[in-house]
Amino acid sequence: MKIRSITPLAAVLAALFALPAQAQTEITWWHSMGGALGEWVNDLAKDFNASQKDYKVVPTFKGSYPESMTAAVAAFRAGNAPVVLQVFEVGTATMMASKGAIKPVAEVMKESGLKFDPTTYVSAVAGYYTAPNGQMLSMPFNSSTTIFYYNKDAFKAAGLDPEKAPSTWPEVALAAAKLKASGHKCPFSTSWQSWTQLESFSAWHNVEFATKKNGFGGMDTRLAFNSPLHVRHIENLANMSKNGLFVYKGRNNTADATFPSGECAMLTGSSGLYGAVKANAKFAYGMAPLPYYPDVTGAPQNTVIGGASLWVMAGKKAEEYKGAAAFFNHLSSPEVQAASHQRTGYLPITTAAFKLTDSSGFYKKFPGTDVAPNQMIRKATDKSRGIRLGNFVQIRTIIDEEMEQVWGGKKTAKEGLDEAVKRGNEQLEKFQKANKG
Amino acid sequence: MATEKRVVFRSGWLPWALLAPQVAVIGVFFFWPAAQALLQSIQQQDAFGTSTEWVGLDNFRALMNDSSYLGSFKTTAVFSLLVAVIGLAVSLMLAVFADRVIKGALAYKTLLIWPYAVAPAVAGVLWLFMFAPSIGVVSFWLRAAGFEWNHLLNGNHAMALVVMAAVWKQISYNFLFFLAGLQSIPKSLIEAAAIDGASPWRRFWTIVFPLLSPTTFFLLVINIVYAFLDTFGIIDASTEGGPGKETTVLVYKLYYDGFKALDLGGSAAQSVVLMVILITLTVVQFRYIERRVNY
Repeated sequence: MKIRSITPLAAVLAALFALPAQAQTEITWWHSMGGALGEWVNDLAKDFNASQKDYKVVPTFKGSYPESMTAAVAAFRAGNAPVVLQVFEVGTATMMASKGAIKPVAEVMKESGLKFDPTTYVSAVAGYYTAPNGQMLSMPFNSSTTIFYYNKDAFKAAGLDPEKAPSTWPEVALAAAKLKASGHKCPFSTSWQSWTQLESFSAWHNVEFATKKNGFGGMDTRLAFNSPLHVRHIENLANMSKNGLFVYKGRNNTADATFPSGECAMLTGSSGLYGAVKANAKFAYGMAPLPYYPDVTGAPQNTVIGGASLWVMAGKKAEEYKGAAAFFNHLSSPEVQAASHQRTGYLPITTAAFKLTDSSGFYKKFPGTDVAPNQMIRKATDKSRGIRLGNFVQIRTIIDEEMEQVWGGKKTAKEGLDEAVKRGNEQLEKFQKANKG
Repeated sequence: MATEKRVVFRSGWLPWALLAPQVAVIGVFFFWPAAQALLQSIQQQDAFGTSTEWVGLDNFRALMNDSSYLGSFKTTAVFSLLVAVIGLAVSLMLAVFADRVIKGALAYKTLLIWPYAVAPAVAGVLWLFMFAPSIGVVSFWLRAAGFEWNHLLNGNHAMALVVMAAVWKQISYNFLFFLAGLQSIPKSLIEAAAIDGASPWRRFWTIVFPLLSPTTFFLLVINIVYAFLDTFGIIDASTEGGPGKETTVLVYKLYYDGFKALDLGGSAAQSVVLMVILITLTVVQFRYIERRVNY
């Protein structure tokens, strides 16, 4: 092309007319991955676009998980939803119930004629996004789980063995007391209190968080996290809070920042925090499995997943579905999976990706990165497979509200948990009624 | 009213055409959404609106049976009263002082008007940073003074935080109106009173304050509406309604249920309740408090 010989205006016009001639189908993809994770998502799309000519995946950052979901809801109502939407785990039941708004991934893959085998996915991950009838509804994408971080330097300063992480809750309390005695202002804190201290806690001890297989068995599920074991654990934490051993840092992941900054010496949080810790912590740190109560039979079992999956929206063109299928096919390859896992700290979601990462020596090179996969790659029970509830967003907020009353000493552990169960059940009843479960 | 001056339009369509833009704006941005809220409040939809069910007054019944919703009425009353009273008192005081300043009056006034340009969410975060229990500069001073500040677990501290942020945000607006009101009070009245030997305190309460009453009344209405509707950004950015439900005011719960929890029917019902409350409050204010206003 001799662009220099023609005027810029003509060049612009030529470009404009050239666009409709393009045969590529655009696949819009709305996601919630900001910062370094956003770059990862863009790279995934770029690699896929370079690998073939028919489709072009266009990722767009739409804000936090709830914000993307709200945006997609509004867009769907206005008739211009994206083809692919990333939805966080607590939104899963809502998406599943919105049958007219989504197209099951199993269907998308089948129609495309591409070979797709859901069993390559780790069962705890794939099972979470699979309907009771065995149909896979959304594509597992970024999954994380809850692990335990601790500051080895602070442990040393407190006279604790830095190479031995506390593996049980009584040991955590003892370590916290020693840390406090050594002058530490925040011995222990937690992010995502509902996810770490109640949801994963239940699966880890193989007790029910909710009836009917934690919601997998039907919409008539009801909350069950006010058992004596739960009360005992929350009571423990409340006592630790009263004595300054556990410092509450706020809802959601507010506490995350307190670990890499060195403010809090021990933290339970997402395995996806690893990237930030690795980049920012100016001290020796360790990662370990979630603590448990040693006298509970069956503990430790496995922890539950968090993170998000990719949903395909209804009402799109056949070409767009074919493109989405091709993209998912690309994402499922062990190489792409393994690279993503090593880059982000999210779980390897196919067994092949885990094996590939293992054989590459990654886990040996970065000790502690195998804690999360090892917590997940176990045979899950009905009580530990995961938790899938309607109105889960509200239930998590209710748990936040009640736990704050417990940490603040306004309610006892039992009162707080009973009230959270009661209020949460109202949400479940409402969801069941609205979706005629 | 024979003496009233009136402009008479000869053409029949011109007044309507001149009114049309305003009517269109009100129609599109007020009446249309209000009608939609009324409609949605008697429906129950799934998140994506693929199935709609007419449920009559079920959404309202559910609200009345929700103890946390009833609790948020009390929270809202406390919050709104604090924001309106403190906001008006502080800005009146500042306006009176700024009115007297001779040197650098413009600088003071500009600085006082500044916060109005700050977005609510930014105001919330700003105050949150100052009072953050571990890193905040004010909470650091408080701790040094022996006061354990923790709005994450103490409901009163959280309420104080959101009231401060909301008041700070509104002071500029109130200040502007009070200042304009003060400047329109004839100096001769105050001078006459001064000659008669009335103290500044007495002059303020017997001359300035009554003459300022139309402004005060207008601001009272505006501030109550502000506290009711315009503060969710501050609350969302600072306390998220916590700890527990201690700072969950009606409009925050409405926002949460509609935009975070995607329960549009329940959220619409709450907006209808809020609309009724505000209409009632405004009518009451105009009927009873306005009688005490000297125009």
